[in-house]
Amino acid sequence: MCLAVPHRITRLLEDGMAVAAAGSVETEIRTDLVPGVSEGDLVLVHAGFAIEQLQDDEGQEIEELWAEVRRLSETPDA
Amino acid sequence: MRRSGYDPETLSEALKATIDRPLTFMEVCGTHTVSIFRQGLRSMFPEQLRLISGPGCPVCVTSQGEIDAALRLAAKDDIVMATYGDMLRVPGSSGSLQEQRALGANVRVVTSAAEALDIAVRNPERETVFLGVGFETTAPATAVVLEQAMRADIRNFSVLCLHKAVPPALRTLACDPELAIDGFLLPGHVSVILGVEPYRFLADEMHIACSIAGFEADDILLGLLDLVRQVRTDRPDVRSMYPRAVRPEGNPLARESMDRVFGRTDREWRGLGVIPLSGFDLQGEWSQFDALERFGVSVTHAPPPPGCACGDILRGRLDPPECPLFGKTCTPASPVGPCMVSGEGSCAAWYRYNKGGNAQCRI
Repeated sequence: MCLAVPHRITRLLEDGMAVAAAGSVETEIRTDLVPGVSEGDLVLVHAGFAIEQLQDDEGQEIEELWAEVRRLSETPDA
Repeated sequence: MRRSGYDPETLSEALKATIDRPLTFMEVCGTHTVSIFRQGLRSMFPEQLRLISGPGCPVCVTSQGEIDAALRLAAKDDIVMATYGDMLRVPGSSGSLQEQRALGANVRVVTSAAEALDIAVRNPERETVFLGVGFETTAPATAVVLEQAMRADIRNFSVLCLHKAVPPALRTLACDPELAIDGFLLPGHVSVILGVEPYRFLADEMHIACSIAGFEADDILLGLLDLVRQVRTDRPDVRSMYPRAVRPEGNPLARESMDRVFGRTDREWRGLGVIPLSGFDLQGEWSQFDALERFGVSVTHAPPPPGCACGDILRGRLDPPECPLFGKTCTPASPVGPCMVSGEGSCAAWYRYNKGGNAQCRI
């Protein structure tokens, strides 16, 4: 039930509404929870509301994880 | 959307190389449960890794008493009950919303709380009740719509507010000595709203590893790898392996809307009992939108269906094939308990992807 689907905003409408596309399917969504989004932005949509703007950045934490996993794999008694 | 960029085989090998003792992790998101089955990820886990499914499906943890209250409301004359489709077939003590609709009740499926408010606006002569079910992913939409209803002074709209908060349930599970959980694979989309801090007590007070994960194969394996790393280095933490969606601070705007509209109350979860401050409710000026108050209906405890093991399954104590009803009297076509109804319920996932229900598949 907590499924959220990435949508690309294709058109901003009035009153916090927008048209967004997931693949070839366009739908109207609410942007109350992600103000400031623009056409072309990628957002996560859940229950008709955009709940977050998606980032391109994969973040530092995954890089840190890999660095430590490599170290642990090489030192079994770590 | 870019994914992590690591292939599942590499991640699986890294898991096997990193784990150094038997570990029990719990996933608490129905979308994770289904994704793990659908992508056959259990076959990629090391033998020492046991992943159990917890109460990750909001439909499934809705108590029998709450479902009965929804049925009593829907049975009233001149009420339109607007519900997410997931709740339609969940059996109460006598029937389901779907069965009530067949008997003439005005039950409508909506995909958004905003759609429920639209129904109220278009039908001013009738009362519209929105069945508000869901965790922190879903609750903000209800809050935003209630604020809209307050501003517009829409008086024929109310909410049966059954929204629940995930962190208090995690505390209950973490305190269960029978489970002995080493780490939680935390729900990605609940965490979009919450960020990392609401889970901090698990690492700091209870020494349990926590990793927020997305829903693709690589996302889930990355989350598990992070959990193994945290345990092995004895540095429990709350980390996001889903950074493209989850900011450390979550979505403050969504939480502010929830804080304005909802109070917190003790609430019963199926299988977990009453959990302190785990329910979102409508207090103060917002109680005018409380469907229970408006229509004089109360939520009372009701026993689960006889023989149904959904409670133990939601608590991680049993796998679905260990329920005596699984695959026999309880199937997706004729469900007895909610875990077989919801597409994200553990029983439905086991049935769909592992139809034989072989308990040997327990990881």
